[in-house]
Amino acid sequence: MSDATYANQTAYLRTTPAPAEPPPALAQGPVAWARQNLFSGPVSALLTLASIAFLVWVIPGLVRFLITDAVWHADSGEVCRANQGGACWPFIWAKASFFWYGPYPESQHWRVDLVEVVGAALIVWLLWQGAPKRNVAALLFFVAFPILSFVLLRGSDWLGLPVVTTDLWGGVLVTLLVSLVGIVFSLPLGVLLALGRRSKLPIVNAICTGFIEIVRGVPFIIVLFMANFMLPLFLPEGWTPDRLLRPLVGTALFAAAYMAEVVRGGMQAMPKGQYEGAASVGLGYWQTMRLIILPQALALVIPGIVSNFISLFKDTTLVAIVGIFDFLRTIETAYNDPNWTSPTTSATGLITAAAFYWVFCFGMSRYSQGVERRLRAGRRH
Amino acid sequence: MTVQTAGHDAPKAGFSLYDPRLRGIVYQVLLLAALVALVWTASSYAVANMARLGIPLNFDFWNQTAGFEINQTLVSYSALSTYGQAFWVGLYNTLLVGAFGIVFATIIGFVVAVLRLSPNWIVSKLATVYVELFRNIPLLLQLVFWYTVVLKSLPQPRQSVSVFGAVFLNTRGLVVPNAVFHDNAAVVGWALVAGVVLTIAFSVYGRRRQAATGQQSPVLWVSLGLLLGLPVLAYLLAGMPIGLEMPVLRGFNFSGGRQIFPELAALLLGLSIYTGAFISEIVRAGIMAVGRGQHEAASALGIRSNVTMRRVVIPQAMRVIVPPLTNQYLNLVKNSSLAVFIGYPDLVQVFAGTVLNQTGAAIQCMALTGFVYLAISLVLSTVMNVYNKRVALVER
Repeated sequence: MSDATYANQTAYLRTTPAPAEPPPALAQGPVAWARQNLFSGPVSALLTLASIAFLVWVIPGLVRFLITDAVWHADSGEVCRANQGGACWPFIWAKASFFWYGPYPESQHWRVDLVEVVGAALIVWLLWQGAPKRNVAALLFFVAFPILSFVLLRGSDWLGLPVVTTDLWGGVLVTLLVSLVGIVFSLPLGVLLALGRRSKLPIVNAICTGFIEIVRGVPFIIVLFMANFMLPLFLPEGWTPDRLLRPLVGTALFAAAYMAEVVRGGMQAMPKGQYEGAASVGLGYWQTMRLIILPQALALVIPGIVSNFISLFKDTTLVAIVGIFDFLRTIETAYNDPNWTSPTTSATGLITAAAFYWVFCFGMSRYSQGVERRLRAGRRH
Repeated sequence: MTVQTAGHDAPKAGFSLYDPRLRGIVYQVLLLAALVALVWTASSYAVANMARLGIPLNFDFWNQTAGFEINQTLVSYSALSTYGQAFWVGLYNTLLVGAFGIVFATIIGFVVAVLRLSPNWIVSKLATVYVELFRNIPLLLQLVFWYTVVLKSLPQPRQSVSVFGAVFLNTRGLVVPNAVFHDNAAVVGWALVAGVVLTIAFSVYGRRRQAATGQQSPVLWVSLGLLLGLPVLAYLLAGMPIGLEMPVLRGFNFSGGRQIFPELAALLLGLSIYTGAFISEIVRAGIMAVGRGQHEAASALGIRSNVTMRRVVIPQAMRVIVPPLTNQYLNLVKNSSLAVFIGYPDLVQVFAGTVLNQTGAAIQCMALTGFVYLAISLVLSTVMNVYNKRVALVER
């Protein structure tokens, strides 16, 4: 069979090469990118235009308010009152020390600074995955540091440090303190509660489950109110606990109930073989938990623990309801100061507070996402 | 066999301190004793302290005159009403915020999640900025911001921002037209009820018909017709029995119309925006948890992308979404207690605040308030669990 007849019989067979297609006009470059990612269809184009309109509406206003129209230098609120269109930054500079330390005596500020530096160093040591001897850091952070900070902040005549009563504590100091107490106490308490809830002993189980569910079922404000109003009632006459201690107790118990559920989740994720393996090498209940289950379960739920810490950090703002001078409360007090009242002072103060909380919370959530990625990478092998 | 039984029974026969069951009982008895001792001591101190401070330990205050005003009430209430009535006013206000907050937060959450997953770069980035911004700032701070900065900077009633001369926005809140019901208004209501019933019946019929014959019924259009058409028809036939009462500026304030106070507006705004950010993350995680294969299989069958989303992806995503969504709903209701900071008269502000301060009955007010929140949580999570059972995977 010759080629010609073959070509005749099979009409679809091409005998000459097809002409080359022109190169795709817009496969790459900014225009192609915009077409793919911004204007891929009528709905998408409409959304893009709406977004751009929104940004054009918001961003110039924000820039004007925060930067170009803002007052940057002034000694009092006069200039801010005269200028109505922008933020009043001198208010923040003037009140910075009050925001940070509250009414804490100025000559003793170094004590707060020292506690904060030591705390920050320990936290970095604890959270840095590659750091050596992180268990030492944990011990220092959860045991030594709370004692050190209490002694330093409170002071004692015996050490030659003048006593600063807790009603003089305020600002960022109190916000960090409440979060710290919540974190330091909620983790061990939460582990105990989780163990109790997973326990086969019916009474232990009922008590722990009841506590966890009741605390998780009521708002934090109610827990704070209870700690504030009812704690003194349940103690002998004259034993009135310190006014800062009461919300701290409430915070620790509240955070512990939430922590317990996270820890329980980790323990439930442990395969049965881990318990059986521990039992077969002759470990008792506490040994199994301490050496086998908890180390793995806690590592598994680090993201959950961190997200609990984030909520706790945000919730510390509520302690203002029982008259504690936390950071947000100092901001509110400061912008009501008649020296600085102006139409934009409150907005300036609240934006500063928002930036502060946002940086902390966003940082923590980024950290927990990083840990999550590491854990997932570890599990794949 | 006998050997095994004997071996199994052996530890039971002896009485040993190392028997875990015995130790368990001993531990529990000790724990219970400690707890009982703690509760007993604490309550005896409480009784003594309360007697000393003259704090009542009963609910006698319930029927006494409250003597304080509440600016926003859903039921009739005045300063002459009792503390008990104040409790109900607070509870209804809490439920009002909770219900509307859940609806708004859910809408925001689902919309933002879809936007964030959209292939459109700028839209998904904006949605990301929204989520990361609002969920990392304390809710209280947001509420104070909405209340003191945004709503308080609105104009005075005389310079209200007006929309079509019917809705007015000013520093005292939002004034909207009020519906006025005349004689035959009930007819319209019944027409709406009939529309709802017929819609449900038609959608059940449509589903059965599709299951039996494979033919789809125009459920959407028929439902729209029934739900909108019937009430409108009834409205026209009954001689337009529902009118609108327009707000009118008289002196320094509006008369007529319904006023939505800035406290309520700020609380709803803050709660929905904050919780919406969390819900959108949950929905996004749920949608992303549905395997790629599901999308590909659906498109291989020639199903269009919006139908794929509605019929293939979302039903499977709901299984992942519903349990954490329930948690967010519970959080929203609990967070509505932050109302106390901006002065919205919710249960905590009215009952655990004003009533407690006036009567001094700390334990009763706290316990009752806590109990109400527990009950709301329980009801809400039961409802969501029923829904969860419906969407959960049926394994055979």
